[in-house]
Amino acid sequence: MFGLHYRLERKAIGLTLGIILVASIGGLVEIAPLFTIHQTVEDAPDMRVYTPLELAGRNIYIREGCYACHSQMIRTLRDEVERYGPYSLAVESKYDHPMLWGSKRTGPDLARIGSKYSDEWHVAHLNNPRDVLSVSVMPAYSWLLKTTLRTDDLGAHLKAQRAVGVPYTDDMIANASKDAYGQAAPESPYADGVTQRYGKATNVRAFDGRPGELTEMDALVAYLQVLGHLTDAAHKSVAKAAR
Amino acid sequence: MIGQLTKAERQYALLILLGLALCGLIFGIAGKDDPLGIHGALIGVAALAGIFKVISVYYDPEPGDERLNHYYDDPTRFGIILAMIWVVFGLFIGDWVAWLLVKPDFTFDAGWASFGRLRPVHTTSVLFGFGGNALIATSYYVLQRTSRARLPDQLSPWFVLLGYNLFCVLAVTGYMMGITQSKEYAEPEWYADIWLLVVWVVYFAIYLRTLARRKEPHIYVANWYYMAFILVIAILHIVNNLAVPVSFGSAKSYSLFSGVQDAMTEWWYGHNAVAFFLTAGFLGMMYYFVPVRARRPIYSYRMSIISFWGITFFYMWAGSHHLHYTALPQWVQTLGMTFSLMLLIPSWASAANALLTLNGAWDKVRDDATLRFMMVAAVFYGITTFEGSFLAIRPVNSLSHYTDWTVGHVHAGALGWVAMITFGSIYAIVPWLWKRDRMYSPRLVEVHFWLALAGAVVYVFHVEFRHHPGADVADLQ
Repeated sequence: MFGLHYRLERKAIGLTLGIILVASIGGLVEIAPLFTIHQTVEDAPDMRVYTPLELAGRNIYIREGCYACHSQMIRTLRDEVERYGPYSLAVESKYDHPMLWGSKRTGPDLARIGSKYSDEWHVAHLNNPRDVLSVSVMPAYSWLLKTTLRTDDLGAHLKAQRAVGVPYTDDMIANASKDAYGQAAPESPYADGVTQRYGKATNVRAFDGRPGELTEMDALVAYLQVLGHLTDAAHKSVAKAAR
Repeated sequence: MIGQLTKAERQYALLILLGLALCGLIFGIAGKDDPLGIHGALIGVAALAGIFKVISVYYDPEPGDERLNHYYDDPTRFGIILAMIWVVFGLFIGDWVAWLLVKPDFTFDAGWASFGRLRPVHTTSVLFGFGGNALIATSYYVLQRTSRARLPDQLSPWFVLLGYNLFCVLAVTGYMMGITQSKEYAEPEWYADIWLLVVWVVYFAIYLRTLARRKEPHIYVANWYYMAFILVIAILHIVNNLAVPVSFGSAKSYSLFSGVQDAMTEWWYGHNAVAFFLTAGFLGMMYYFVPVRARRPIYSYRMSIISFWGITFFYMWAGSHHLHYTALPQWVQTLGMTFSLMLLIPSWASAANALLTLNGAWDKVRDDATLRFMMVAAVFYGITTFEGSFLAIRPVNSLSHYTDWTVGHVHAGALGWVAMITFGSIYAIVPWLWKRDRMYSPRLVEVHFWLALAGAVVYVFHVEFRHHPGADVADLQ
């Protein structure tokens, strides 16, 4: 074996090919099957896509690096399930490009934060976390309330999402900007289109309390409020296990 | 430094810089409503500065052929200076974000200064800015000495070094503007990723072209590690950064993979950024500078073969230990844990090989702080890889994951292994490169050693065991 190596290390190309070959095996065995083995991601016919406003909120969550301190992955451990709810299923992040499972909890897990608190709580908390929790070390995001949400390119965002496999329809892409506005303005003529395209369960509310203006706060709160509510699959599997 | 370029190389340099300036202009116009526009302008300004610099020396006399009798060390010198600038900046930001966890309102009421945006500024500056520049600089030096061949030309080493630093600047300024893919240690967006790929291909070409002209029949072990570092990082970088941009004028892209596949790809990348950037590359440094400084041959040739191929093979399986108890299928988690435990064999073989090399030279370790830096690095390497294997065990990971224990573990590796071996190597190489008898003050090197060691130990113990794992601020809510 060492004799073989003695000859190999005299050949730059041989060494190069050897490194590529040896290093590739692990990924091929561990990653490639995840795309082909059907049980890897559960079936959940009720799984819905993010609305344009929620997607915009998700992008703000990414932009601000929220994932550096919050996970979105409830592990299959009793203390986590008791605290956060049913453990996360793969299907729940099926449309998450990229996933935001996180690696560090300076703050709590957010996989099921949706509808746990009111919109008002979220706005107050994001505006200044120490107003609602005195020991919080989260940064204040007060400027989100003052920043108008950019909506003119949301159609292009949905299109790119479709290119990577999220089933947005032509109708959804064409109406992306209007739907973003309508979801945060329940009295407006655009509100009906949102529930029509994304389902009756969609939250249509003035998330930041001001229906006239569409701010980044609206988008982020809309996103936080839908976390854990894109499908019921996790709750169903718990109920099934209990039976 | 550019005076060493031949006429033809000066012309190529101008051509490359003009192309780069054009890219900057296109991005600046296409992305005028997007943070991408600012990056376009930044690329344009960097290219123009380069053009100005090349033109200012364009008519200087060409270097004579006698230059070919010497190794080409200008890029190494500049790379070491860049590494020092990045480490000062990166450590300052690290300290700053630590203070943000005490005083969260030190953000000037603005997005760019919040913890979430500054955290990747710290990690990128230290790992890629400091570590990457140190690796590129030392790899040029080691490659030439161990091959007894000069770098193939004068232009491509500069292209790699400066191009790589442009990537780092794009990364760090991007985070502050909110440009990020959110994939840890792969945060830069699509255009920066493409640029890095170009730089990386040229980097490996320098390796192959120099090796092709080597006067030593065997390729020295340090170069195996540097080659594995360049090659595997390229594979990881390409696969993990596959994404579809929103538009040509937008910095934003969406990852090709989603959910569980994306998570596995990210941690396959993430753990092997540790393996091949922060381990393989720096092992290359160790295999050259420890024996040279100690004036002892490497203890065991066979141990270096076993540890090299062990690290190259086992590490690529270990990434899934970042995803224990998650929605990742259990068989992948189990494979990740198993291979993480097996990794201890090649890791400790490397650490032992370094320490046993010092047999017969322990008096030098006592007297010479530079060699002591390297010795302590090998010890920390052994400790950190042991801790890494331990933390990869599923039930242990249930306690440590998501807590500061991971942060402490990473810093044991970064402060104890990466920084120690780098400073040891730099203190060895700087007097040789600048043709001095010794460092400006050996006493200061001694002071640095004890401060660095004390700092690493205090940091690691404090962050890992400050309170029992899991009892974080999260529990107050």
